Amino acid sequence: MSIRQISVFLENRPGKLQEMCALLADRGIDLRALSLAETKDFGIARMIVDDAFTTANVLKENDFIARMTPVLAFAVPDEPGGLSRLLGAFTTAGVNIEYMYAFLGGSNDGRAYMIFRVAHTDQAEAALAKAGFRALNQDEIETI
Amino acid sequence: MERYYQPELECMPREEMIQLQNQRLKQQVRHVWEDVPYYRKKMEARGLTPEDIQSIDDLHKLPFLSKDDLREAYPYGLLGRPLKDCVRIQSTSGTTGKRVVAFYTQKDIDLWEECCARAIVAAGGTDEDVCQVSYGYGLFTGGPGLNGGSHKVGCLTIPTSSGNTDRQIMFITDLQATILCCTPSYAAYLGERMKEMGMGPDDIPLKAGIFGAEAWSEEMRRDIEKTMGIKAYDIYGLTELSGPGVSFECSAQQGMHINEDHFIAEIIDPDTGEVLPEGEQGELVFTSIDKEAFPLLRYRTRDICVLTREKCPCGRTHVRMRKPRGRSDDMLIIRGVNVFPSQIETVLLNNGYAANYQIIVDRKDNTDTFDVHVEMTPEMFTDNLSEVSAMQKKLVDDLRSMLGIKAAVTLVAPKTIARSEGKAVRVVDRRKL
Repeated sequence: MSIRQISVFLENRPGKLQEMCALLADRGIDLRALSLAETKDFGIARMIVDDAFTTANVLKENDFIARMTPVLAFAVPDEPGGLSRLLGAFTTAGVNIEYMYAFLGGSNDGRAYMIFRVAHTDQAEAALAKAGFRALNQDEIETI
Repeated sequence: MERYYQPELECMPREEMIQLQNQRLKQQVRHVWEDVPYYRKKMEARGLTPEDIQSIDDLHKLPFLSKDDLREAYPYGLLGRPLKDCVRIQSTSGTTGKRVVAFYTQKDIDLWEECCARAIVAAGGTDEDVCQVSYGYGLFTGGPGLNGGSHKVGCLTIPTSSGNTDRQIMFITDLQATILCCTPSYAAYLGERMKEMGMGPDDIPLKAGIFGAEAWSEEMRRDIEKTMGIKAYDIYGLTELSGPGVSFECSAQQGMHINEDHFIAEIIDPDTGEVLPEGEQGELVFTSIDKEAFPLLRYRTRDICVLTREKCPCGRTHVRMRKPRGRSDDMLIIRGVNVFPSQIETVLLNNGYAANYQIIVDRKDNTDTFDVHVEMTPEMFTDNLSEVSAMQKKLVDDLRSMLGIKAAVTLVAPKTIARSEGKAVRVVDRRKL
């Protein structure tokens, strides 16, 4: 099960990220994870939130350009080698990672969460499942 | 079946038209000689009298009038009738300096409105149509001109004027407007808004649009036509000559027919003033031949354009002008190269962006900087940074091959570029020259 990431176009100028975050704060949206990719004049904010549909609507209503992107989320033990073992399965399956970012859950459960963007989400998910790594679903990620 | 408002004039055989023009030109020159001392002095300086102008073949002998003359003669210097005979003024926006004020007698207004009526009928308008005029009303000629034309055709006229987009859309849908008159940038904006509201081409009752008062590209036309499900017609005019309706497009959409029974068009070399043969590109010059209050002989428009007398499938015999490549007022000279905003618009639309852009020119260390801000659109946005960057780079490359110089392209958030509801602000020139 891939999960829904919100990708937002942002101008690379002071205040733009804050403007977006203030909108989400007003609507009581909680960010699970946030990553920024930037060029000189624009950037893309990538977020995992507790309510993806509301987030997409709020952004659109306020003239932000946002789209939902399917990404894969995995939990790994928060210990040396945790990520390496997971990436080993990507390598074995021949899956290229476009980008990834990580976050720790709020529940202090000793796990770290990894978000991956790959070219063929379903195929990658199946290959990793075969290797014993189960991707998290939307409900799981929204309640971490 | 092509329909005409005044078929006997619009389809008049060329020979008859020349006779009519000869007769009207002689009268007009006589009128100007007697009633406009400013122009008489110009003629005298060349040793000309009205007798020297016997036909349109003598037109080239007459001195030009420029925008500078209009400024110098402001406000009454070019008036051709006593003020008591005048019933109206209209005025330009004055963005390029002092305002131009044009005067009209009642007859001038009637003829102007007839020109606009020809444009509406050419766009398929009849007395069954509901015509929404979303050009500004007031000093700007757009609203009053099309309003008058719409009345003459007998359309139900909705004089919304410009602005208040949601109200515009409410009238279009509630009163089932079939013809929309406004600037092309406002038409595009209205189209965007209706799309956002979930309206497709089939939900929009409009069938035709008459869009003018600023330069727009073929690509923008196709865009508007697709979004609204209409046929979009170009219309051209200048306040100095009357307003919109100096020329207009027919169903062939292959150039605009100039109303030759009122205006004689010439193309000149803008540097030498020499008249160029048909088909060559140059500056458009107009001579009004039956105006009373504000008769202008050989007025230089600064519009860069081409004329053609090729037979038009619509049956009109009047000469056609190609869409001006740009008003030379809009033309920028950046690092010595001529740049028209319409060229940039073409590149944007070809690349899938909307025509929402702004050109920012500045001078740093004696070199011109050239920035183009382009609004990102949901269609062009992907989550992949390198894809977006590649599209941005392609835009830079395409602009460079179109213009011959390099522009820096910045992608900006939607609706951050000021979109005036009349004419779009396309150019910010910060150079202090």
